[in-house]
Amino acid sequence: MAPRCWRWWHWSAWRRTRPPPAGSTPIFGGSDEVRDPANARALGKKRRRVQIRVKPGKLQLLPEAAEQGPQICVVGSGPAGFYTTQHLLKHHPRAHVDIYEKQLVPFGLVRFGVAPDHPEVKNVINTFTQTARSDRCAFRGNVVVGRDVAVSELQAAYHAVVLSYGAEDHQALEIPGEELPGVFSARAFVGWYNGLPENRELAPDLSCDTAVILGQGNVALDVARILLTPPGHLEKTDITEAALGVLRQSRVKTVWIVGRRGPLQVAFTIKELREMIQLPGTRPMLDPADFLGLQDRIKELPRQRKRLTELLLRTATEKPGAEEAARQASAARTWGLRFFRSPQQVLPSPNGRRVAGIRLAVTRLEGVGEAARAAPTGDTEDLPCGLVLSSVGYKSRPIDPNVPFDPKLGVIPNMEGRVLGVPGLYCSGWVKRGPTGVIATTMTDSFLTGQMLLQDLKAGLLPSGPRPGYAAIEALLSSRGVQPVSFSDWEKLDAEEVSRGKGAGKPREKLLDPQEMLRLLGR
Amino acid sequence: MVLNALRKVLEDVQPDSVAVASGSDGACEGTLACSTCHLIFEEHIFEKLEAVTDEENDMLDLAYGLTDRSRLGCQIYLTKAMDNMTVRVPDAVADARQAVDASKNS
Repeated sequence: MAPRCWRWWHWSAWRRTRPPPAGSTPIFGGSDEVRDPANARALGKKRRRVQIRVKPGKLQLLPEAAEQGPQICVVGSGPAGFYTTQHLLKHHPRAHVDIYEKQLVPFGLVRFGVAPDHPEVKNVINTFTQTARSDRCAFRGNVVVGRDVAVSELQAAYHAVVLSYGAEDHQALEIPGEELPGVFSARAFVGWYNGLPENRELAPDLSCDTAVILGQGNVALDVARILLTPPGHLEKTDITEAALGVLRQSRVKTVWIVGRRGPLQVAFTIKELREMIQLPGTRPMLDPADFLGLQDRIKELPRQRKRLTELLLRTATEKPGAEEAARQASAARTWGLRFFRSPQQVLPSPNGRRVAGIRLAVTRLEGVGEAARAAPTGDTEDLPCGLVLSSVGYKSRPIDPNVPFDPKLGVIPNMEGRVLGVPGLYCSGWVKRGPTGVIATTMTDSFLTGQMLLQDLKAGLLPSGPRPGYAAIEALLSSRGVQPVSFSDWEKLDAEEVSRGKGAGKPREKLLDPQEMLRLLGR
Repeated sequence: MVLNALRKVLEDVQPDSVAVASGSDGACEGTLACSTCHLIFEEHIFEKLEAVTDEENDMLDLAYGLTDRSRLGCQIYLTKAMDNMTVRVPDAVADARQAVDASKNS
């Protein structure tokens, strides 16, 4: 990936957290110096046998048995954080990894993003749990890096820091009316039904009959599916009880999933599309006119796009068999895909108090295939609705003024996971590559970052000598009134959630209130 | 399943293989929700495997380095006829660098 960023801070502008003690001479440079590899070779042998600390007037030698492995800090406990950690632990016999997380609970989007009716996708939690239980790994929840502790403080305490904190913002529509009641980001809606504490008060009003989802990715389909699935089908999932109650009262009958480009540019994948087509109690509405001329182009498409387009085309143009026709005829709810429509304005109700519709600009495609762009034609179309969900992408936030960030691309500028201009700082997952791809994509990406880090360690490019790791950070956090939560704390909360879900036949009933969670932990 | 049986071999021979790294039966534990157990078979073995379903094909669509002798290991059962067969694991390292995201260019 070509390194690109238009603003970053030179590493020498870092603050040190503590000046070295007066009169002492560290053998090697501080955290922000790259060791001379020649020194590494000369001193390497000796370093393996003893650790040397020089204090005023005293030379201390510590026996080999006390030599610790590299102390590594990972920020973020979603798939990127856990897969990076897994790689590091597997490929270095003594590395110790601390995983910091701002939520009280681990697992990131696996817990808060994956839909409740996709429990098999959450099986990766079992692998992550194994990693967390390793004696060379420690989970530190309820710590907000960038607020409770600075990245530079972490860099001073550890040999390397990996930023894996994902993308917690959503891409805004940036159109008038976006602030009206009844307009939500899909991100917040998903957080609401998945029990993300900051979204628990969302209270979406589902008393309208039509909902419009902007965007045609898997998140858009997840939201459509949760809106239209018969609530009874969700009763045995880990959806929050509050959301289930609202969905039972929902009067939403029609969901439009709107994209600014055409059928060949849809971002969702075939598994999720198939699920929508087969959704009980619903019937798809695809306009055959959107698919004119596509039949001929299908054969040249790469396999994934080809199978997806074939399924769309079949659904739009073929007459269903008798059984399917009967199922569709009795369906009380519908969903449809609208193409070549770009949101221009959210229209208010007469009293201006909530959304009543959305004005869509009619587009046409310029270019072909994945790179085709939507251009306005000048025409518009109004679509009445009572609920608008924008699902046009996630976005990362800059975490700390001392960490470079590219606001245009929404990523940390890096080359193969090495943060540009900041030795000892790495990144993995969505904050490195952008917020797309499934768990398996992030897994491979995280392994790569881990590989680069270990390469640098071996080449003597990371600070040498012992580092205090969590011992230093613990003191800082305590002095700032921060109460970190451990993995065994999480396991207590986990057991509580599972126990609360049992009565209702659910795998768990998620805890939503951080204060309640802390009380359960005796804090 | 093929993947479990091969795991011990893979651990020694290619410890970085995605199939091994992702845990038993792959990241989704054999539930057809990922493509990390993607394996490539020899022609004479491939032909005799039980027919692939739409659901398996849907996940194969996303596998890196897909060939026309590819299957998901979690869907294949070992039989005597597979004695002495050679199974290839795709090179996962190149995956992240070349992954094309469908939504990237909108």
